[in-house]
Amino acid sequence: MTASVQTTPRAGVEVRLEDLTRRYAGVTALDGLSLTMAPGELVALLGPSGCGKTTALRLLAGLEEADGGRVVIAGKDVTDVPANKREIGMVFQAYSLFPHMTAMQNVEFGMQLHDVDAPERRKRAGDMLDLVGLSGHTHKYAIQLSGGQQQRVALARALAIEPKVLLLDEPLSALDAKVRSRLRDEIRRVQLEVGITTLFVTHDQEEALAIADRVGVMNAGHIEQLGPPTAIYSRPATAFVAEFVGLTNRLAGIVKGGEVEVRGTRLPLVKPDSTEGPAIALVRPEAVSVVSDGDMSPGPLTGSVISTVFLGATSRVSVDLGDVTVLAQMPTSAVGAITAGTKVRLSLRTDPVLIARDEKAATEA
Amino acid sequence: MTAAGNPAVTGVGRPIVGGRRFSLTWVGAVPFLGYVAIFLFLPAAIIVAGAFASEGGVTLSNFANLSRPYIVSAIISSIILSAVTAVGGAVLGALLTYAIATGNPRSTFRRVVTSACGVLAQFGGVTLAFAFIAAIGPASAVYVYLSQHHVDYYASGVWLFDLRGLEVVYLYFQIPLMVLIFLPAVDGIKPQWREATDSLGGSTWTYWRYVAGPLLAPAFLGSTLLLFANSLSAYATAAALINQGGPILPLQISNAITSEVGLHEPGFAKAQAVVLILIVAIISVLYAVLQRRTARWLQ
Amino acid sequence: MSRSRRAKLQVFRVVTFVLFGAFFAGPIWFMFEFSTRGIGENSPRTLDAWKAISTYPDLVAGIVASLELAVITSIGVLVVLVPTMVWVRLRLPRLRRVIESISLLPLTIPAIVLVVGFAPMYQWLGTNFSDSILTLSLAYAILVLPYAYRALDAGLAAIDVKTLSEAARSLGASWPVVMWRVIVPNISSALLNAGLLSVALVLGEYTIANNLLYPNLQVEIVSLGRTSAGTSIAVAVASLLFAFVLLVALSFVGGQRGGRRRTRERLVQTFGRDFSGGTR
Repeated sequence: MTASVQTTPRAGVEVRLEDLTRRYAGVTALDGLSLTMAPGELVALLGPSGCGKTTALRLLAGLEEADGGRVVIAGKDVTDVPANKREIGMVFQAYSLFPHMTAMQNVEFGMQLHDVDAPERRKRAGDMLDLVGLSGHTHKYAIQLSGGQQQRVALARALAIEPKVLLLDEPLSALDAKVRSRLRDEIRRVQLEVGITTLFVTHDQEEALAIADRVGVMNAGHIEQLGPPTAIYSRPATAFVAEFVGLTNRLAGIVKGGEVEVRGTRLPLVKPDSTEGPAIALVRPEAVSVVSDGDMSPGPLTGSVISTVFLGATSRVSVDLGDVTVLAQMPTSAVGAITAGTKVRLSLRTDPVLIARDEKAATEA
Repeated sequence: MTAAGNPAVTGVGRPIVGGRRFSLTWVGAVPFLGYVAIFLFLPAAIIVAGAFASEGGVTLSNFANLSRPYIVSAIISSIILSAVTAVGGAVLGALLTYAIATGNPRSTFRRVVTSACGVLAQFGGVTLAFAFIAAIGPASAVYVYLSQHHVDYYASGVWLFDLRGLEVVYLYFQIPLMVLIFLPAVDGIKPQWREATDSLGGSTWTYWRYVAGPLLAPAFLGSTLLLFANSLSAYATAAALINQGGPILPLQISNAITSEVGLHEPGFAKAQAVVLILIVAIISVLYAVLQRRTARWLQ
Repeated sequence: MSRSRRAKLQVFRVVTFVLFGAFFAGPIWFMFEFSTRGIGENSPRTLDAWKAISTYPDLVAGIVASLELAVITSIGVLVVLVPTMVWVRLRLPRLRRVIESISLLPLTIPAIVLVVGFAPMYQWLGTNFSDSILTLSLAYAILVLPYAYRALDAGLAAIDVKTLSEAARSLGASWPVVMWRVIVPNISSALLNAGLLSVALVLGEYTIANNLLYPNLQVEIVSLGRTSAGTSIAVAVASLLFAFVLLVALSFVGGQRGGRRRTRERLVQTFGRDFSGGTR
């Protein structure tokens, strides 16, 4: 359902978070976080629970106060401005809508608070609900709407007051998988149509990579890498990013002379000056390929297949090498007749890899 | 039947009578139902039947006797007392509820406070009356101290032992009762609604006026009604504090069954009881209606 | 929440709790104070009023009567309710709603109304059977019913009554054995819960006893209060303390959980066999 409404994209505004710090109860939730969002851009903050992404969003919203740093919206320092004066629009993870109001009344509510008169309110609310594809549901209450529909109303409500920034706090996390992917594309479509600068917080990397202009991967209160989705995925800057985004194989190896030797293969390093010695190489499944013919004599890269997972154009093969299980991702056509139990040999593509030192944590030495 | 299909499990045998299975399993409920029939339904029937009966037969004369001035005044006083303690208890209780609800929901403090409310709501009657006599009565340390310092709050009469005293004393169980029944509704207010109102440009005033107020109104009203019914039915505290006369309906009912007069007019007490229970029943129905609205929004 | 809003909220909370705390703690404190007064001004605290309790025979009789009533009522209610509730769960599930509604009905009927119906019944009972105060337990069981029902319902809901009893029956247990040795041990905390609630309620009951002219504990406290304030308040405090102790005991008892493992262990102990099928 697309909107048949003329919404001229407004010029979005620049948003800057400068060196934000937030502590509670002895825990540092945000540690000098800085981020500049270009007008009209959708930035996704991605990370595990506790990384500080929601805190960053709430500081931007004004729902919490920073211990240090500044928040600047459209060139104006709003750090000391309370939430209800910052002209933001917000969509929450759950319980967004007021249960005692219909969808229409929910959307009108913000305008009512801004003293927009009734006929104008009704028209704009109607337009907003059209924009999110809910024109037939205006008189329903939250309890009569599905989870996805509720979030659309929440989006319409947030946009109805023409805010400067749109903030989405894990808006899809409480929804079913199928609804999630459809709604995520809807949100992106609306965002582009309206042209509003948007901050989208999520722990789901697929969501972040799918819709963001830039993704900021966060860990323990700071951004580890900020860049377009392709860069985050293909050129992770740190071991944490490499492990959090996409799948990774952790293979023991030894760093020597600017390379790491892993199970008989020498791979170049992303950081050639890493200290020498034992390390764990992070190898993407796409860099591993599997063959079932040729020399199958026992070696560091021979083993037997545990399972094959058909993913459509590609398939994922997990192979037991005796001391470790390795995932390989290849075009389905190349997988051919490989089934569980087949003896196979792996080969590693010589792409530069990142290494990690610690057995448990994925931090770089 | 168990998975083993063991016939020992089917219990009492089932004689087949007239082509249909006659189940004797009903027998198991007989002791309970029989007991309840005698000691719950029979008294109820006695009250209802007796209210409409007199020497001759079915009559409304008992209800007509309710128009006696001292009865009318007792009913009015009861209603006023109940309304005052209901509204007072509701407002004060709502404040206390809000203070409790805005704290950490899993803290020991909250558990202690809610348990205390559970105890205090039941704490009525004689012990409560004596507690207040000890606390602010004419022989209390407080009164003695204050009157020695020229603050005599009984100057115009010892109000503790009449209706004015009841208004204060009843609050002692009305407020905790309010907390117990109103707290679930207040807990149902999600923090996201406050934050959403903030993000849309609202203030504390607009939040309460348009969001929290309307959402809590049915629960507040319903709770007030329950407090009213609770106060109306209370007997023991009043009986312990008020030694003579019967300024409220429950005391009149008591007089009607324990006094000499009562023996000559058995239907009189029953008619009064019917009036009381009717009011309570109507309130219960109204409460149920309001409760459904609350449950829909705040669950 | 912004700092200023949070600070204002904290102030409100502190003030509220202090004021209400004083209002609720005050009268109880003053009861202690009153009952420990000595004769004359500035005399030291004394337990004379408390010691005098045993010198009032009517009061002592009231205490004894109330304690007896408490025990009889709670046991009686449990003896009738537990088998009924188990039976309904096993055989008459359709009756469950009915039993529940009936059991909770006394909550909505004021005691002062109930007693109007009881009066002629107790008159008849007094002339034709017995005018002992202990007959009050029949009426008290009705008052106690909702609380006992709720406690037992919670306890029975936590165990799988059907499977337990079917398992026991299949091993050859008769119904009394099932009840006594299988079900009851597994709802022990609910039973204790229901029992303690009943005792607390009976000890504090005044309305029915007073209007049926039976001298139970609370009735005696009131009549003593007209002559000796100190001692009557001492007894009132004592009954309050006793109820408090009961409710504290309740909170510890209520904390226990049956747990499936314990259920199985009990079955093993009772029947000497292990059920490898498990209780679901």
